Amino acid sequence: MKTPVSVLLFGIARDLVGQSAIICSLPQQARISDLLVHLHEQHPALAGIKSLLVARNGEYADADVLISPTDEIAIIPPVSGG
Amino acid sequence: MIALTPDPIDISSAYKYLQTDGAGAIDFFFGVVRDNTPGADGQRRDVEKLEYEAYGAMAIKEMQKIADEAHRRWPILKYAIVHRTGTLRIGEMAVLIGVATPHRAEAFEATRYIIDTIKQTVPIWKKEIFTDGDVWVNATP
Repeated sequence: MKTPVSVLLFGIARDLVGQSAIICSLPQQARISDLLVHLHEQHPALAGIKSLLVARNGEYADADVLISPTDEIAIIPPVSGG
Repeated sequence: MIALTPDPIDISSAYKYLQTDGAGAIDFFFGVVRDNTPGADGQRRDVEKLEYEAYGAMAIKEMQKIADEAHRRWPILKYAIVHRTGTLRIGEMAVLIGVATPHRAEAFEATRYIIDTIKQTVPIWKKEIFTDGDVWVNATP
């Protein structure tokens, strides 16, 4: 049983994938680490980015955090504000 | 005061906001768009403009965390953190940090801490646009 999770993309991640939001089909009880594996499989170009962090509901989330289908998930490439 | 804005940053309104009777020092940092950057080969590349993009709600939250931490470390009376988004030309202001404290040393330190930490944690990205291409800053090995 797979669960659709919507994922926001910013900066270079959005440019490489070509969309600002995508739906990922993840197993139930998936963790942030599972999402990253899934994304790299579906979008190999993401490997060209120096590092990727993930935000869950507007907060940086560690690899072992569980994802719920209602979460707002965002891919955070290296930041460069200022 | 913490804000993201697509409009030019207004220094005088930030200054007015920071003025308070207990302040003996108001320190400002302005980040502005430079006309060049070192390329991958170390050679100077001419920059035409920058494009800033933010994950708005999270960027505000992260800037608030930085301001709260600065508040814990220094006796800050008032602060202003304003970051631009969108397309910026050479010389335009990308970020304004302003801190009001009783004495100057803590204003300098807090301002420096705020801008340095913004560059590390806040989800804002800039793309440098050259005449012959573009690059997301700090994004690739």
